[in-house]
Amino acid sequence: MNPVARTVLQRLGLGLVTLFIVSIIIFSAIAMLPGDFAKAMLGQSATPETVVAFQREIGIDRPPVERYFVWVGQMLHGDFGSSFASRTGYRRTVAEIIAPRLYNTMFLASMTALIAVPLALGLGILAALYRNGWFDRLVNAVTLTTISFPEFFVAYMLAYLVISRDTFIGSEFAQSLPHWLAVSLNWILNAVPKFPTLSNVNDQTPFWEHVWRVALPAITLTLVIVAHMMRMTRAAIINMLASPYIDMARLKGMSPMAIVLRHALPNAWAPIVTVVAFNLAYLVVGVVVVEVVFVYPGIGQLMVDAVKSRDVPVVQACALIFAATYILLNLTADIISIATNPRLLHPR
Amino acid sequence: MTSYEPMAQVHRLRRSRATRAKTALKKAPFSAWFGILVILGYVIVAVFAHWIAPFGETQVFSEAFAPWSQQFKLGTDQLGRDMLTRLIYGARNTIGIAVATTLLSFAVGVSLGLLAALYRGWLDQILSRAVDVLMSIPSLIFALVLLSIFGSSITSLIIIIALLDSTRVFRLARAVGLNVAVMEYVEVARLRGEGPKWIIAKEILPNVMPPLVAEFGLRFCFVFLTIAALSFLGVGIQPPTADWGSMVRENATLITYGDVTPLLPAGAIALLTVSVNFVVDWFLHATSGLRDER
Amino acid sequence: MKGSGPGSREKGKDLLQIRNLHVEGFSDERWHPIVRGVDLALKRGEVLGLIGESGAGKSTIGLAAMGYAKPGCRITQGSILFDGTDLLALSETGRRRLRGSRIAYVAQSAAASFNPAHRLLDQTVETVVAHGIASREKANRSAVDLYRRLQLPDPETIGFRYPHQVSGGQLQRAMTAMAMACRPDLIVFDEPTTALDVTTQVEVLASIRNIVEEFNTAAIYVTHDLAVVAQMADRIMVLRHGLTVEEAETRQMLASPSQEYTKTLWAVRKLAKPEVPADDYLLTIDNVTAAYGRAVKVLQDVSIKVPRGRTVAVVGESGSGKSTLARVITGLLPPLSGSISFAGQALSKTLKARPKEILRRIQMIYQMPDNALNPRQTVEEVIARPLEFYIGLKGAQRDRRIGELMHMVEMSETYLDRLPAELSGGQKQRVCIARALAADPELIICDEITSALDQIVQEEILKLLMRLQRELGMSYIFITHDIATVRAIADEIVVMHQGKIVEQGLKSEVLTPPHAPYTERLLSSVPEMDPDWLTRLLASRRM
Repeated sequence: MNPVARTVLQRLGLGLVTLFIVSIIIFSAIAMLPGDFAKAMLGQSATPETVVAFQREIGIDRPPVERYFVWVGQMLHGDFGSSFASRTGYRRTVAEIIAPRLYNTMFLASMTALIAVPLALGLGILAALYRNGWFDRLVNAVTLTTISFPEFFVAYMLAYLVISRDTFIGSEFAQSLPHWLAVSLNWILNAVPKFPTLSNVNDQTPFWEHVWRVALPAITLTLVIVAHMMRMTRAAIINMLASPYIDMARLKGMSPMAIVLRHALPNAWAPIVTVVAFNLAYLVVGVVVVEVVFVYPGIGQLMVDAVKSRDVPVVQACALIFAATYILLNLTADIISIATNPRLLHPR
Repeated sequence: MTSYEPMAQVHRLRRSRATRAKTALKKAPFSAWFGILVILGYVIVAVFAHWIAPFGETQVFSEAFAPWSQQFKLGTDQLGRDMLTRLIYGARNTIGIAVATTLLSFAVGVSLGLLAALYRGWLDQILSRAVDVLMSIPSLIFALVLLSIFGSSITSLIIIIALLDSTRVFRLARAVGLNVAVMEYVEVARLRGEGPKWIIAKEILPNVMPPLVAEFGLRFCFVFLTIAALSFLGVGIQPPTADWGSMVRENATLITYGDVTPLLPAGAIALLTVSVNFVVDWFLHATSGLRDER
Repeated sequence: MKGSGPGSREKGKDLLQIRNLHVEGFSDERWHPIVRGVDLALKRGEVLGLIGESGAGKSTIGLAAMGYAKPGCRITQGSILFDGTDLLALSETGRRRLRGSRIAYVAQSAAASFNPAHRLLDQTVETVVAHGIASREKANRSAVDLYRRLQLPDPETIGFRYPHQVSGGQLQRAMTAMAMACRPDLIVFDEPTTALDVTTQVEVLASIRNIVEEFNTAAIYVTHDLAVVAQMADRIMVLRHGLTVEEAETRQMLASPSQEYTKTLWAVRKLAKPEVPADDYLLTIDNVTAAYGRAVKVLQDVSIKVPRGRTVAVVGESGSGKSTLARVITGLLPPLSGSISFAGQALSKTLKARPKEILRRIQMIYQMPDNALNPRQTVEEVIARPLEFYIGLKGAQRDRRIGELMHMVEMSETYLDRLPAELSGGQKQRVCIARALAADPELIICDEITSALDQIVQEEILKLLMRLQRELGMSYIFITHDIATVRAIADEIVVMHQGKIVEQGLKSEVLTPPHAPYTERLLSSVPEMDPDWLTRLLASRRM
C-alpha cells in the first residue's frame, strides 16, 4: 500500500482508539459516583422508591459494561440520555439542551478562528523574517504579556473599556486628572464601538446581530490565541530558515521571495498546520471561561453549570463533544503533515 | 564544519557557580529584574499575609460593596469583607495551592519521564500511551469532569490538576531525558556497572535541569491560570477561602458600574504570570545561549 | 553553452583576488576573529586547495569568495575582487545575481543541503531558469548531460527522483551538477567528500575532477585531508587560526614544505609501528551473530582472537558492523548465537549478568569525547568515579592516583577542576583515556577514537596509546575506518564488510598483496599524498 495511505489509516485508527478510551473514561465518571449520590441529588426528603427509580433511570442497577454499550449505542443515534434536571412528567433530553448551545459555541469559535488564524500567521511570519528587529521585539514583548493574562482578565478589561466610555468622564478618577488629559482620554474611549457587554442571543437572533453581540468574546479569544499562535509560528519558521537547504538556496542566488515561496513554504506546512490545530484546540477550551464572562449561552457555560449542579449526563455529553473536537483537530493536523511529507509521498 | 572554536574560552579558568550567576544577573535585562522583584514582593505578601492584612480573612462588616475609603482601602466585597485583606490572603492561598500543585506535578512527571527515557521498552510504551490518551482531552474539561465527580475540595483540586498537568511534564522530561540517555557518558556509566539511581541522579538530572527549571516556571503559570479559571467558574477553591479567581467572579457586577475593584485580583494574577514569564524567558536565553528558541 | 559566460574563459587570466580579508563570528556575547587578514588570488581554470585544521577559517574564506558570511558572522575588512568587481561594494541584489550563475557552491552535506520537497532535476536547473540563462527545456537537457558526465546511474531519469531516494555519493555528484548548471567561472567545494566512505569518495573525487577540467572551471577546494587536496588542487594554501601559513604549487608543497607547521602536518602520515606476533590470547570471539531487533543480521559468524598486550585493528566502512562488534563485546547487545571468552572464562552475553570485576577489566573509549564526558562533571569527578567504584580508593590515596593518571595522559593537574567545555578536543580524549586507565583494565576498546580530531592531535593520541600499551601491557581493539591509523598502531588486522569478516591476520599479511577483493578495493581507495595517485588508480581500474 502507498505509505501515505497506510500512515493516514494508522492515524485514523489511532484516533478512533483514543476516542474509544476517552469515552470509557468519561463514562466511568458515572460509575465512580459515590453511593449516596442519588440521595444527594434528590434531597433529604426523597422516599426510598424515588431513589430506586432514580437509580434505575441513570442505570446504576445494571452491569457497567452493558451500560457502556447502551450509552455508546444511544449516543451514535444522537441520544445523549436525559438530564438529571428532568423530573417526573418533565423529561429534558441532553440532546435538546445541547443542540442550540453547540451552535452558539461553534459560531463564536469559527468567528474567532477566521480573525485569529490569518492574523497570527501573518504576524508570526513577519516577526520571523525581521527577527531581532524592533517589530519582532515589540511583538515578542506584547505577546509574552498577553499569554500571561487569564482570559477573564482580558475579557473584563475589554468590558470595562466599553463601560468606561459612558462612565469615565463623570468618575472621581477623571476629575482628579488635568482637564485636557481627561478630555482626550474620554475622546479615545468614545472611539471604542459600544459593543454589548452581555452576549445574550437566542435562536431568533438575526445573523449580523449575532455577530455584533459576540464581538467582545470573539475579540477576547482572538487576543489570547493570536499571542500563542504567533509565537509558535515564529519559532517554526525560524527553525526552518536555519536548515542547510535554505542556506544553499541563498548561495544559489535565489531572491528572498523565491526562498520563502519555493524552498521554505513546501516544507512549512507541517509545522504551521500543527501550530494552527494546537491553537484551535486551545480555543475550544478558552470558550468556557469567555462564555461565562459574557453570559453567552454556549456549551462551555452549560458544562460549568452542569458541573456545579452535578448533572452528570450533561457533563459527559459536553466533555465528549469537547474531547472529540480536540482529537479531530489534532488528527487533521497529523494527516496534513503526513500528506505533505515528501519522504512519505515519494517512497524509495 | 563549524570552523570556529573560541580559543579564549579553552584556556580560561573555571568560574565558580556563584560568580557565574552574579555575572548572569548583572547582564539580565530590565524585564527580568522587574520579574524577580515582583515575584519577591508576592512571596513576601503571601508569607506575611497574617501580619500585613488589616483585618481577618473572613471578617464581615455591615456594608456590602462599600466604596474605597479610609477604613476599607479598596472597599468591601459582596458580603461586606475588606477587599484589601481578601486580596492579601488571596496571595497566600492562590499562590500556595498553585505551588503545591506544580511541585506534585513535577515530582510525578519528572520521575516517570526520566525512568521511561532510561529504560524505554514496555514501561515507556505504557506510560507514553496513557499520557497520549490523557492529553487528548483538554485538561480544563477533564478537570471539570473530575471535579463534578469528586467535588471541589482543595485536596482533590491539587491532586486532579497536578495529575493532569504532570502529563506535560512527563513528555518534556522524557524528551530531554532521551536526548541525554543516548549520550555516550550514560553508556559509560552503564558499562561501569552503575545502578539506575546513580545514572539518573548524577548523569542525567544535572544535564536536564535548565529546561526543567524553565518548564517549572511555565507550568506554574499554567497551573496558576487553570486554578484561577476554575475558581472563577465557581468550581475551584471554595468560599470562604479568599482566592483571586473567585473574587473576580463574586464582584464582577461592580464592573457594570465602572468600578475597577474586581479587576484588581485579576490584575494581580496577570502581573505574577507576566513576571514569571519574563524571568523564564531570560533564564532560557541565558542558559541556552540561543536567541531563537521558544 | 560552453564559453557563453561573460569575460574570457582563457586560462591564466585573473579571476578572483581577495585582499586582507577579515571575518568575525559572534559568540559568548562578543565578536571573535575567525579570519585575520588573508590574501588569495585565483586564475581562470585554476584549482586552489584550502587546507587546515578545525578553526583555521578555511570554510569561512570559501564562503567569503562568494561575498557571503554565515549567519552570526560578518566580513569586517578587505576586498573581494571577482572578475574586476568588488563583491563587498556590490549591493546584495548584485551579489545575488552572481551567486549560482557565475560563482557556485558545493556543500559538505548534500543530504541536508538539497531541499527535500523538490526533485533533483528541478533543483539542478533552478538557477539556470531563475537567472534567465536558458529555457527550461534546454536546461533540462543540459542537466541530463551533466548527470551523464558525472557518471550518475540512469542520467535520463535520476533527475526525477527526490533527494532522499538516492545515495550519499550520488547526491554529492548531483550537487556538483547543480553547481555546474550555469557553467560558473568559479565553484567553491566545501569538504564535499568528508562525509563519504573511502570507496565512494574515490568515485566522487574522480567525477568532480573530470568535470572541472572539462569545463575549465576555476575552483576553491576546501578540505582537511592532505591526500585529497593533492589530487584535486593545482595550488595549495595552508591556513591556521585564520592566517595563511604558506602557499605553493601542489607538487612543490608536497615535496618541500617550507614552514614548520606544514611539515608537522605532512609528518603525521609517517607514524608506523612494527608488528609483534601474538603469544597468548586474552579475548576469543567465536562464531558470533548479532542483530538489532528482528532486522537484518548486522554481524554474521564473526570469529576474532585478541592477543594479550597487542592491538587488533578492526577496519571497515559504515555499515560493516564494526561498531556493533564493540557493543557485543561490552554486553550492550547480546548476540543471537556464538560465544565470547575473556581470560579463559566464558563472558555472559548480557551486561547485567557480568560481575563488576569483569566490567572493570574491559574498558571503552569513544569517537566523540564531547559525548563521552558528562558536561556537568569536572575532570576530577570523571576520573575519581572508577577509582571509588571499582577499587574503593578514598581521600589522599585517591587523589594521589588521580595525579598519577593525569601524569600518564600527559596533562597538568591544574586541569582537574575544569569542565569538559573548557578543554580542547585532544584534552577531552586524554581525560577519557585516563578514565579508562583508572579502572586498571586489561582490554580497551577504542571506537574511532581519533576520527573526530585534527591530524596533529590524532598523532599525539596514537603515540600516547602506544606508550601506555608498552608500559602497562593492555590489549587494544581499535575500531577504525582509517587505514593510516591502522598502519600506525596495529599488530593484527580484521577487515569487515557488511557484517562479515573478509580477511584477518598479522598487519604485514593483510597489507601486502594478494588481498581479498574487498580489501583490495578498500586499500586502493585510500588517497595517497602523491598527486598522480588518482590518475594512476583510475587508469588501473579501467583496465
